[in-house]
Amino acid sequence: MKFTKEHEWLRVEGDVVVVGITEHASEALGDVVFVELPEVETQVGAGDEICVIESVKAASDILAPVDGEIVAVNEKLVDNPGLVNEDPLGAAWFFKMKLDDLSVLDTFMDEDEYKDFIA
Amino acid sequence: MAEELLRLGLHDLHVSLGGKMVPFAGYEMAVQYPAGVMKEHLHTRAAAGLFDVSHMGQVVLRPKKGMEALCLGFEALMPVDVLGLVEGRQRYGLFTNEAGGILDDLMFANRGDHLFVVVNAACKHADVAHMRAHLGDVAEVEFIQDRALLALQGPQAEAALAWIEPRVAAMKFMDVGVFGDLWVSRSGYTGEDGFEISLPMAQAEAFARRLLEMPDVLPIGLGARDSLRLEAGLCLYGHDIDTTTSPVEAGLTWAIQKARKAGGARAGGFPGAERILRELAEGPSRRRVGLRPEGRAPMREGTALFSGDAPVGVITSGGFGPSVNAPIAMGYVPANLSKTGTTLEGEVRGKRLPVTVADMPFNPTTYKR
Repeated sequence: MKFTKEHEWLRVEGDVVVVGITEHASEALGDVVFVELPEVETQVGAGDEICVIESVKAASDILAPVDGEIVAVNEKLVDNPGLVNEDPLGAAWFFKMKLDDLSVLDTFMDEDEYKDFIA
Repeated sequence: MAEELLRLGLHDLHVSLGGKMVPFAGYEMAVQYPAGVMKEHLHTRAAAGLFDVSHMGQVVLRPKKGMEALCLGFEALMPVDVLGLVEGRQRYGLFTNEAGGILDDLMFANRGDHLFVVVNAACKHADVAHMRAHLGDVAEVEFIQDRALLALQGPQAEAALAWIEPRVAAMKFMDVGVFGDLWVSRSGYTGEDGFEISLPMAQAEAFARRLLEMPDVLPIGLGARDSLRLEAGLCLYGHDIDTTTSPVEAGLTWAIQKARKAGGARAGGFPGAERILRELAEGPSRRRVGLRPEGRAPMREGTALFSGDAPVGVITSGGFGPSVNAPIAMGYVPANLSKTGTTLEGEVRGKRLPVTVADMPFNPTTYKR
């Protein structure tokens, strides 16, 4: 698993990358009450604001971590936004992306580096 | 220059309870505890929540020329009947300005030989100066700084507080009583039955810990305090009401008793009376309304409201209501669009989404009348 400075995690599954937010991010957000997901089959660029997460307290965005195509989104989050707090690293994945070149993932932090980053 | 944050008397207690401390009104305050905003909110509605609101201003007004002169002097600052408030009772009040706007909203109580006033934290220094400037002839204005203020709210609040002070059980909504060092009112700002308790700072931590030992009582942060008051349809000063909004526009006409209205025994005679009495007679041009966004996306403070293509107003408080399990908001719209059921649009991240004018409170209140 890889981690971004925006507190997203990325996990490779075959030729797609699954993206979610870290436990640290979900705790900082507080109780999530609304999630807006991107459309499937859209091309996104790294840094694009593609998801909205709203907690009781505030709204925040999830940025596309890399260039690529959205190939799946987790509709369960729309009906049950609280999943983001319950299981941020598992059931509460946000979207899957297809990348042209998976080697770009090497530029992100591994788990130990991320732990140092948030310490 | 950044203002240094002040710490309140119970700061160490909040930290030891795992409170997440944030800046608020110049103080470091707990926005939430480990349970989180949602659970804290729902727990308050289901059992009891303990809030530290010691940042608020506590003021005692002692009469120099008798209580009647004091009450009449205080009435000259508010469109509210102070003289008619009997001993042992509390009332909601509003300081108004010459333009009919609201300088602050407050609670005041008649405690027999003096008035006790609680004002908002962000306004307290200005309020004390305002009272000293206008009440100097009739009152000694004592700004109390050595007492904590706690709120215990929810259906189990009575049982919890009565375990320490049994006499509170006989109190009704807006009653006040002095029990030894405890100054208690049966009131709060959550829409629930409950109490506000002023007590010497030196005793506050032990008192709060005794309450928190009870399984029904959880500490509640500012986050849930805000969602609770929003569900109850209550105004937050500086957001839903300010120096530009009149009490009539804000829907606070229930706070203006008959004696101060046209034809009343002491009609007018408060700052901004011309506008406020005119709006009472003719209706205001805009009104504060409850709003329910369709769908799940919250509409926050600052969200612009539209009717067709025309911008018609703005949301002044908005978020998610944990008890109503839906987004809720309040804001100002033109009077002709203020009827319950009127559909407007709110602009969220560049998209216009439907929102309907709704009755408040969003969650039924449970005051002990």
